[in-house]
Amino acid sequence: MTLVLDPRQVAAIRRHGEADYPAEACGLIGGAVEADRKVALQLVPLANQRTDSARNRYLIDPMSFRRAQERLDRDGLEVIGVYHSHPDHAPAPSAFDREHAWPWLSYVIVGVGAGHAGDPKSWVLADDRGTFAEESITIEERKAVWQSPY
Amino acid sequence: MAVTVLIPTPLRSYVGGRDALELDGGNVGELLEQLAGEHAGLKRHLFAEDGRLRSFVNVYVNDRDIRQLAQRDTPVKPGDTVSIIPSIAGGTAVAVGAPLAAPLPKLSHEEILRYSRHLILPDVGVEGQKKLKAARVLLVGAGGLGSPAALYLAAAGVGTLGIVDFDVVDKTNLQRQVLHGTSSVGRPKLESASERIHDLNPNVRVETFETRLTSQNALDIIRDFDIVADGTDNFPTRYLVNDACVLLGKPNVYGSIFRFEGQASVFYAKQGPCYRCLYAEPPPPGLVPSCAEGGVLGVLPGIIGSIQAMETIKLILGVGEPLIGRLVLFDALKLQFRELKLSKDPDCPVCGTHPTITELIDYEAFCGIGAEPSYDGAEITAQDLKAEWDRSPDLLVIDVREPHEYEIAHIDGTVLIPLAELPTRLGELDGHREIVTHCHHGARSLKALEILKAAGFSKVRSLRGGIDAWAVNVDAALPRY
Repeated sequence: MTLVLDPRQVAAIRRHGEADYPAEACGLIGGAVEADRKVALQLVPLANQRTDSARNRYLIDPMSFRRAQERLDRDGLEVIGVYHSHPDHAPAPSAFDREHAWPWLSYVIVGVGAGHAGDPKSWVLADDRGTFAEESITIEERKAVWQSPY
Repeated sequence: MAVTVLIPTPLRSYVGGRDALELDGGNVGELLEQLAGEHAGLKRHLFAEDGRLRSFVNVYVNDRDIRQLAQRDTPVKPGDTVSIIPSIAGGTAVAVGAPLAAPLPKLSHEEILRYSRHLILPDVGVEGQKKLKAARVLLVGAGGLGSPAALYLAAAGVGTLGIVDFDVVDKTNLQRQVLHGTSSVGRPKLESASERIHDLNPNVRVETFETRLTSQNALDIIRDFDIVADGTDNFPTRYLVNDACVLLGKPNVYGSIFRFEGQASVFYAKQGPCYRCLYAEPPPPGLVPSCAEGGVLGVLPGIIGSIQAMETIKLILGVGEPLIGRLVLFDALKLQFRELKLSKDPDCPVCGTHPTITELIDYEAFCGIGAEPSYDGAEITAQDLKAEWDRSPDLLVIDVREPHEYEIAHIDGTVLIPLAELPTRLGELDGHREIVTHCHHGARSLKALEILKAAGFSKVRSLRGGIDAWAVNVDAALPRY
């Protein structure tokens, strides 16, 4: 599988990470699966609900997940991944990320060093939950962009 | 009709790509077991090793979270919809102790027995105890805050404790500095501290630095430690410790106390704000009295210093939520803890995006201490005052301390006008008389001098060393405090 992102989506994820720095930013990635490609079609930026330690933790609670999923569902999309930022840390999953990870989803992480976001990396949890494997990101400009009805 | 179980996208590959399954069962537990039984790969994602549902797996029956119902015993009936809803969590690593690559030290049989209550705590365990043993913590000051911090860190098995202090134990320290005893009065605090720590836990290595922490030596001293616990009682050293920690990328576990109130936080610029983000500028000299001037309840440093020890240990173990980005305020009289959220200041001169302070500066000057006007010639020693007062009884001696201090000890024949009341009570003073002001140690009386001079009084002097010097050099019958 490869994760297909539009350059504007990459820019949006980086901007979100920079805007919320030094807290962690997070959101869901809605899209569709085409053969061996997970194609991102809509980002759903969400508020990090870990206000107690937002600098090194993020949380998307089940209600937010459910609302986002229902909205994506109406547009025929599904949750294909999650993005979050690592303030002042490398864009690699921590042990905490791994312990709390779901399989199959693409975990896109962007490192934000001193307020400036780097390039995102994507990771997928191994079946045995022991490791995260890096997943390739294909950056493609999409000619027909899905339009929000709202 | 069966129960419909909705499968979220991450789990669909384990159930043949389907988004819903029809299952039979009387309660949620039965449905989940059936699900895990039929689709082997699902089990480890839904359940932890101990068989409990993973914390980030949420199960809803229709629109209700089973955590608010009967958990896995929540009954279901045909036609119900059961949804598995993810919550998504993650974050960066917090631990700042020994790098994982370095092998952790072994524990001796004696240490295993000594730390048994730690070892049976799942969040510490053998691994955590080894991290404590490998850790190097620097205590700046072995006074009120440093005492409980040193005792608890040593007892907990922190392998190396560095202590910076240049003071000797004074009798007035004993009311709160529980690291030192009566037999140590007059000895260097470092000696007394080392002995006490060695007695408490001989496994702890104590590294002593008998010096004032300065801009010249701070980086060299702090560099070799993992974490700094700041127990200083003055602003220049506090800013110095902060800046040195930011420049070296070390966490600074901060505590401060005054009278009945205390504060604590963890300033770790890599993950949150630093002391300067909270207090960009020091208060003007003299505005905030020190504990020696303002007094402090003896138990208070015990509480705040213990919080510092606790936060230090959490940072070493990498457990819990560290006090980064939060300031805890403690009010002993109300027995109340309050918490303020602190944010990193992007314009902070030392940890902001464009720092202007990239090396240590002159902190005495920064805090305005070197800039205090000098009062050469305007001071008088206790012996000289005694001689002069005996010769000319007309001399007016004003005590500018507080009434409760006057009650502890006072010099006969003085007039009590607390410093704060002085500007409004100038009318009571005779400008033709020679005036001498005095306080406890000679600082407030200099401020009184400034007020008097500004009001036109010219024949004014201040008793150097205050009533304390008088008790030592003139009247031994007077108690010192």
